[in-house]
Amino acid sequence: MTVETYPWAPGFVAGDRPRIVTSRFEHEDSHTLERYMATGGYEGLRAALAKPAAEVHEQVRGSTLLGRGGAGFPAGVKWGLTPEGVYPRYLVVNGDESEPGTYKDRLLMERDPHQLIEGCLIACYAAGLSRCFLYIRGEMALAQERVATALNEAYAAGLVGRDILGSGFGVDIVLHWGAGAYVVGEETALIESLEGNRGMPRLKPPFFPAAIGLYGKPTIVNNVETLSNLPFIAANGAEAYTAIGTETSPGTRMVAVSGHVRRPGVYEIVNGTTTFRDLLYGEEFCGGIRDGNELKAFVPGGGSAPWFLPDQLDLPFEGRQVGAAGSMLGSGAIMVMDSTTDIPAAALTLTRFYAHESCGKCVPCREGGTWLMRVLERVVAGEGTTDDLDLLLEVGQSICPGDMPHASSEALGLEATPFPYKMTTICFVGPSAYVPVHSALTLFRSEFEERVAPSRSRTRIPVVAVGGGQ
Amino acid sequence: MSRFSAENLTLAREIVSRYPRPKSAVIPLLHLAQEQEGWISEEAMREIAELVGVTPAEVRGTGTFYEMFHFEPIGRYLLNICGTMSCALMGAGELMHAAEEELGVRAGGTTDDGLITLHGAECQAACTEAPCLQVNYRYRFRVTPDGVRQLIADLRSGALSDEIPPHGTLATVRQHIPSDRAVGAVDPDVDTAPPAWIPVTVEGASS
Amino acid sequence: MSTTEDTGAEVDDEVVEPDPDAVSITVNGRSVTARRGDLVIAAAERAGDYIPRFCYHPRMSSVGMCRQCLVEIDTGRGPMLQPSCMVTVSEGMVVDTESETTKRAQEGILELLLANHPLDCPVCDKGGECPLQDQAFSHGPGESRYVEEKRHYEKPIPISDLVYLDRERCILCDRCTRFADEVAGDALIHFIDRGNATQVNTFPDEPFSSYFSGNTVQICPVGALTAKPYRFKARPWDLEQVESTCTSCSVGCRISVHSSRDRLLRFQGVDDEAVNWGWLCDRGRFNFESVHADRRLAEPLIRSAEGLVPTDWSSALSITADLIRSAVDGGGPGSVAVLGGARGTNEDALAWSALADALGVESRDARLGDGLGLDLLDLPRATIADLASASTVVLMAPDLKEELPVLHLRLRDAALRSGTRVIEFTQSGSGLTRHAWRSIRHLPGTGASAVAEALADAEVAAQLASGPVVVVAGRQNLAESAEALSDRVGAVLAAAPEAGVLPVLRRGNTMGALAAGLHGPRDAADILREAAEGRIDLLILLGSDPLADFPDSRLARTALARVGRIVSLDGHLCASSEQADVVLPVAVMGEKSGTTTNLEGRVTPVSQKVTVHGTARPDWMIALDLASRLGVDLGVADLGDLTARVTADDRGVWSVPTGVEPAHFESVVGTNYDFRLVLSRRLYDAAVSTQCSPSLEGLAGGRGLSVHPSDLERIGVASGDDVKVIGPRGSVVLPPGCRTASAPTRPVRSDCSRPSPTASNSSSKRTSSPSAPIGWSSSWRRSSPSCRPS
Ligand SMILES: Cc1cc2nc3c(=O)[nH]c(=O)nc-3n(C[C@H](O)[C@H](O)[C@H](O)COP(=O)(O)O)c2cc1C
Ligand code: SF4
Ligand code: FES
Repeated sequence: MTVETYPWAPGFVAGDRPRIVTSRFEHEDSHTLERYMATGGYEGLRAALAKPAAEVHEQVRGSTLLGRGGAGFPAGVKWGLTPEGVYPRYLVVNGDESEPGTYKDRLLMERDPHQLIEGCLIACYAAGLSRCFLYIRGEMALAQERVATALNEAYAAGLVGRDILGSGFGVDIVLHWGAGAYVVGEETALIESLEGNRGMPRLKPPFFPAAIGLYGKPTIVNNVETLSNLPFIAANGAEAYTAIGTETSPGTRMVAVSGHVRRPGVYEIVNGTTTFRDLLYGEEFCGGIRDGNELKAFVPGGGSAPWFLPDQLDLPFEGRQVGAAGSMLGSGAIMVMDSTTDIPAAALTLTRFYAHESCGKCVPCREGGTWLMRVLERVVAGEGTTDDLDLLLEVGQSICPGDMPHASSEALGLEATPFPYKMTTICFVGPSAYVPVHSALTLFRSEFEERVAPSRSRTRIPVVAVGGGQ
Repeated sequence: MSRFSAENLTLAREIVSRYPRPKSAVIPLLHLAQEQEGWISEEAMREIAELVGVTPAEVRGTGTFYEMFHFEPIGRYLLNICGTMSCALMGAGELMHAAEEELGVRAGGTTDDGLITLHGAECQAACTEAPCLQVNYRYRFRVTPDGVRQLIADLRSGALSDEIPPHGTLATVRQHIPSDRAVGAVDPDVDTAPPAWIPVTVEGASS
Repeated sequence: MSTTEDTGAEVDDEVVEPDPDAVSITVNGRSVTARRGDLVIAAAERAGDYIPRFCYHPRMSSVGMCRQCLVEIDTGRGPMLQPSCMVTVSEGMVVDTESETTKRAQEGILELLLANHPLDCPVCDKGGECPLQDQAFSHGPGESRYVEEKRHYEKPIPISDLVYLDRERCILCDRCTRFADEVAGDALIHFIDRGNATQVNTFPDEPFSSYFSGNTVQICPVGALTAKPYRFKARPWDLEQVESTCTSCSVGCRISVHSSRDRLLRFQGVDDEAVNWGWLCDRGRFNFESVHADRRLAEPLIRSAEGLVPTDWSSALSITADLIRSAVDGGGPGSVAVLGGARGTNEDALAWSALADALGVESRDARLGDGLGLDLLDLPRATIADLASASTVVLMAPDLKEELPVLHLRLRDAALRSGTRVIEFTQSGSGLTRHAWRSIRHLPGTGASAVAEALADAEVAAQLASGPVVVVAGRQNLAESAEALSDRVGAVLAAAPEAGVLPVLRRGNTMGALAAGLHGPRDAADILREAAEGRIDLLILLGSDPLADFPDSRLARTALARVGRIVSLDGHLCASSEQADVVLPVAVMGEKSGTTTNLEGRVTPVSQKVTVHGTARPDWMIALDLASRLGVDLGVADLGDLTARVTADDRGVWSVPTGVEPAHFESVVGTNYDFRLVLSRRLYDAAVSTQCSPSLEGLAGGRGLSVHPSDLERIGVASGDDVKVIGPRGSVVLPPGCRTASAPTRPVRSDCSRPSPTASNSSSKRTSSPSAPIGWSSSWRRSSPSCRPS
């Protein structure tokens, strides 16, 4: 088996595996229209336009293409949730990739922008969407540049805009970029941001974007990777797609493995069958833990995911099984910690991230996230007490009441608690500040206890001062 | 002078016209203002408010939500060192120390000559290339403390001035929608007809 | 929000059609009937289960921000914690507001809310009536484990002339900012920054100068927003309160009047479904300060060689009675005239009307030439609720935001949230232009043709035919006559015969005074003309100031100079009362009880809350006293008798029976001038109640002129120069003030628009110049086609 890293696609590691979305990455000029056309470009669009829109939608439904943004909702089903007869409808492409550990959408935008554009066109055609907004994360200057160039090329070539390929189908793709706010990746916040507002999530239900979204109209929000799969499906059919991967998780997935492995990188893997052990230890993937160290723990699905221990290595990269084991696949990002890792400090980096990225709307997230961060900072600095450890869990309960999902551990005698959790917030940013605290404290409590002094008598302050006279 | 230049004003109007509702252009226009001046002044926010038909308070409300906008002048180069999990695991802390030492400012500060502003940043979507950093949103991967020192030296000597435009410029290529190819933005409350390629099935009728 | 009453009634009737919108849910084990679309928080509250909340406000959209209203809701998939302010009821839903999980969540949220709260309740205006304080007691954890450093901000910062913001106390519930944007349409306060650093603020140098800013103080669930007039004045438990009606304009907003130690301290809006939904404008909210003003009259005055000098009531009344008797005996009842009555209660008006009847005095008018023709008031009346639910509202009125601010809010809400389409005929744009379905601009004097043209438009005709129509009719240009308006309204009614009319009247109780009979065969203009000709021996001013308020001030001046004697009943000394022979100090709103009638004809009580100033008396009492001195019997002995008459027919709505036929009017436009004048008024003007309220006094901009910059340029006027405006009836020099308005920038505003709403126009309904009164006006170049509506 060959393992190859392409210098012009940092992070990306090729291999002798089926490839759907990264098939052009070995070409240095993979982002140009010329190369795209020379490698089957816009064939999927042509094939789609030759069929009635409903048939293309059916094809995507049949492919069981799962959303790659985090929630894993089937794209074909989502498109079908738009209310009958309400127009205009919009497509919003979620290219805001900011989840800690996640690295794939940026590659797809930088390395194969036309594939994404073609995917957008197919989605608009199939679901009757009359305008597409391609929202790229603000900090990704190169991706913005590559997509802008590709769009200019595509407009000039009659591939985007009015009357595409003489078919009567026409749609504009408007490039838009953000300005630095993780929470904007959440689809309702993305819509707010696109409307020119502060990126604060809207509550859903009652209104999912597919029913009431951008400008109050039905809106499909799809991830960059999700859409990048569409040219393949449209060109080769749903069967060719479902032939790869498993029935519940067909196709391939891009997974970024970072942290303490020998060969960190972005891998396109076969969905549903590849195990974490394959990924972390396989020679065609990461090739084991760095410096021959032991694996201590890993985060299986982006910074919001509860942590796994070596006990979970043999689980396949498949949503339901990972959920039952107490975590989630999220955005396809694995972060690996070896035996040298300072666990409380590692948890703090994530809690700090989510506290900092809180939009400020929900009280538990705005106040609780920062509170958790402050206490944890104290603990990491060696200034905490054992009571602080309990306090962390109690504050966490105000964000996520009830049982928290966590992994099983033979050594600790722990049974797994399945994903998901209950939450008092609108979106997952609030709970995500607590997840690493909870995982670290549940799985590595002794490392915290070594850090803190025994309990002092706890300060308790009456919550309200009462004015005289009452 | 922090109103839009004539050229940028034309561009700003073009950007506004791409959206069904003008307010959607607030973030793009803030970027444009920051590209022109390096930061965003009150006057710029007032002008944007006028261009999209909202109050300056609304423009500021939106703008201050986002990390990338600066409402006071900052350095020509913004050095963002990522400190989130993967980079932290791979030594981001040392990078930050090296940068602080070399620049003589703490994270958040700007060098006296106004050349470089140093910031701690959150995950930059390059986790497999950790530790990483961005200069004016241009990446540097797998950076070592020595690498940081070298980078700073290059920024100071001007060796990178061709490669890295001043703070505020993101993509150096902009999207242009040729008017003869554009479908155009319509008011979502007015134009509620289904797109032409979708067969209509209203009360059994189809077209 | 009112739904259970309907469903409650159903139970009593025998067999009623099942309400298709009824939804039955279970709240804490009890079965409750709600209606489709109800939010769980509201349905539970009606069922007697109050769910704690901070950000939810029934008159604004839900944002689900504070998370305090989380309860367990089970829609068949097991109980889930959900914000009850965001979830609508569905059949079979089970709600538990008291479960362990719910309690735990609510306590947790409260602890988090208090984490950064300064706990300065003892020095906080809100302490004692603070939802955060109350709910911390009822639903809170009792103590906090938060030992970290709290957020610090500079202590209260003024965000406007009237409101202060303490960001440390703020819990970021989005109520004030949502109100500013959604309800008032003045998005001048906004969240800035993000996450834990989020705060509310204004744009630098751009204060929250909204006519509605006081509402934010009332709806703030903590003490973060405080009103300047009330800061540190009282503790809530020292306050006494009574419900009343605001009479600052004719909307008649329901208020709660608060006082302590016999001083009025604040007005709070009361949520009346039919009228004001809890909102008030700042003028109505804060002009109670004028009740305790230094300028209040404390004792009667009579004219002597030294001018007006104090006297006692007994002499003042007997002199007044003598003046009346000698006038009636000398020149007959026709030589006596009564002007005014719109600032008092229905009872005041009724007593004076009865006195006039008894004396045979026919010359009376509660209007001052700036109101509406009686024919208009006689048309089928619409209510505010009709307006809010109409499919079309035809607006031929002055800018409601300036004249009847809360009506403006109701209409704005209808246009934005209920799909009401507004067809506006305007000469200079208004606060609603942005939201109008059609905003039709026309030159002064060309209203009739603009209306005819619009009615000929098929789309407009179809819209008018599509459902209920309400015509809002008022004088938008005092330089045009009232008859011109009647004509236009008539034209619309011909096209939409079922339409109701809502008259726009500025002064509080004009409708009640007219209904009480304070109008006669001769109107104010006739009366003043007669006076100017020396045919009036005695003029009685009932809280009116013709010198300031009558549009033709030259006529008013001549009239008052030529009239024999003047008796003025007023709370404050004004320009006209200064010329009086007898001034009788009267009780003002807040000091007297009775009823008032709003523009709909709705009669509501006004209540006395504080003792009258000095020896002042209510107008009705003076009328009764004079009657007995004059030996006439009015058939009423006290206030109770008067109120009984007002409410006699039990309709709750008073109409004005006039039987006047609509007049016809040909518009005549002078052709020798370069511009046409639009004469209008602003909310804050020279009115006594504004000028005598320290908090508001500074907000009145004085008179001003608004001219399009390109016109100024054309005639070569620099933006800092004074301008002399010359018209057929005189000329006036006006300061530059509001002319600096920049070219219109908002897309909806045409080239001829007024300055953007943030630019300050100034105006005045008063003028002391020898010319026709000049308010602010737009420039209208003769026959400028670009100024025509597109
Ligand atoms: C806090 C938060 C952050 C998210 N960030 C991203 C993101 O950066 N990119 C993304 O594609 N989806 C992100 N999502 C998921 C989106 O809300 C949404 O589910 C997704 O874009 C839908 O696309 P898909 O169906 O194609 O996966 C985020 C969700 C949450 C709650
Ligand atoms: S959970 Fe946090 S980030 Fe998400 S909506 Fe609430 S406050 Fe905003
Ligand atoms: S009242 Fe429901 S979230 Fe605030």
